[in-house]
Amino acid sequence: MPLLFPLVLSALLFGIGTYVVMARRHAVLVLMGVELMLNAVNLNLVAFDAWWHDALDSGQVLALFVIAIAAAEIGLGLAIVLLVFRTHQHINVDAMRELADRDGGQRADQEASKHTDRGAGSSPDRVAVTPP
Amino acid sequence: MTLVEVLFLLLGAMALGSAVLVAVSANLVHCALWLVVTLGALAGCYLLLAAEFVAWVQVLIYLGAVVVLLLFALMLTRAPTGAVPDLTSSNRFLAAFTAAAASGLLIVSFAAGFGGTRIEIGSGDIGSAGALGSTLFGAWVLGFEVLSVLLLAALIGAIVLSRRQERD
Repeated sequence: MPLLFPLVLSALLFGIGTYVVMARRHAVLVLMGVELMLNAVNLNLVAFDAWWHDALDSGQVLALFVIAIAAAEIGLGLAIVLLVFRTHQHINVDAMRELADRDGGQRADQEASKHTDRGAGSSPDRVAVTPP
Repeated sequence: MTLVEVLFLLLGAMALGSAVLVAVSANLVHCALWLVVTLGALAGCYLLLAAEFVAWVQVLIYLGAVVVLLLFALMLTRAPTGAVPDLTSSNRFLAAFTAAAASGLLIVSFAAGFGGTRIEIGSGDIGSAGALGSTLFGAWVLGFEVLSVLLLAALIGAIVLSRRQERD
């Protein structure tokens, strides 16, 4: 079998995973995209292992390691998703703006109000964080 | 074209098609179920690449555990079972362009680097549980132990995160 078959398949799967991570709004779907990307990496590892005939089975062992790390990642990720759902009542990743950079005008307004509130203590480049 | 190549192409087309459906489907539960098809087809690809144990681990961990966890998360967050209209963000074209550029770059570099090479699947037990287990607990035992500590840390972290805070 040409080595390009699994390599091209893994590249396309990685692209689809990237699209899912960047374009989808639901946090669980973002985690699914991460799983797709990790599986593309696994396919690459297994394909290169079958090509190289390594005495240590490096590719397959590393694929097993990646699967274990993905299980750990999905456990932590779902704990975070459930925590966010408990505090926000939604898991729309586009609507979670607490730690985001504000838009220019809005941010200038907030900085101005902060300056009037606290004086000259806060630096202008600080990211606005709303208290919980 | 040998039988293995034909089977690999079929399984690869299946994995790609269902991955595209994961990316565009408007129904959250359907996305999780199409992910099952993708991961199962990839397990078949691993089998064709002589990675038998990895394929069964993929079936056990991914299809058995990860997808069930994802479905649990969908239910615990009260995801609607019908179609959700605005599941894709408005910058989807930028995301699609970036993803296409990334995979295009990868494909071009793969084709330049490994254009004519072929995989010769050797005989003997390459990816069986016995062969993989002896290397895993021989040369790779340090990584294995570090990985178990990582899993323990992730477990404790998940418990701490999902514990309800006791207010006084």
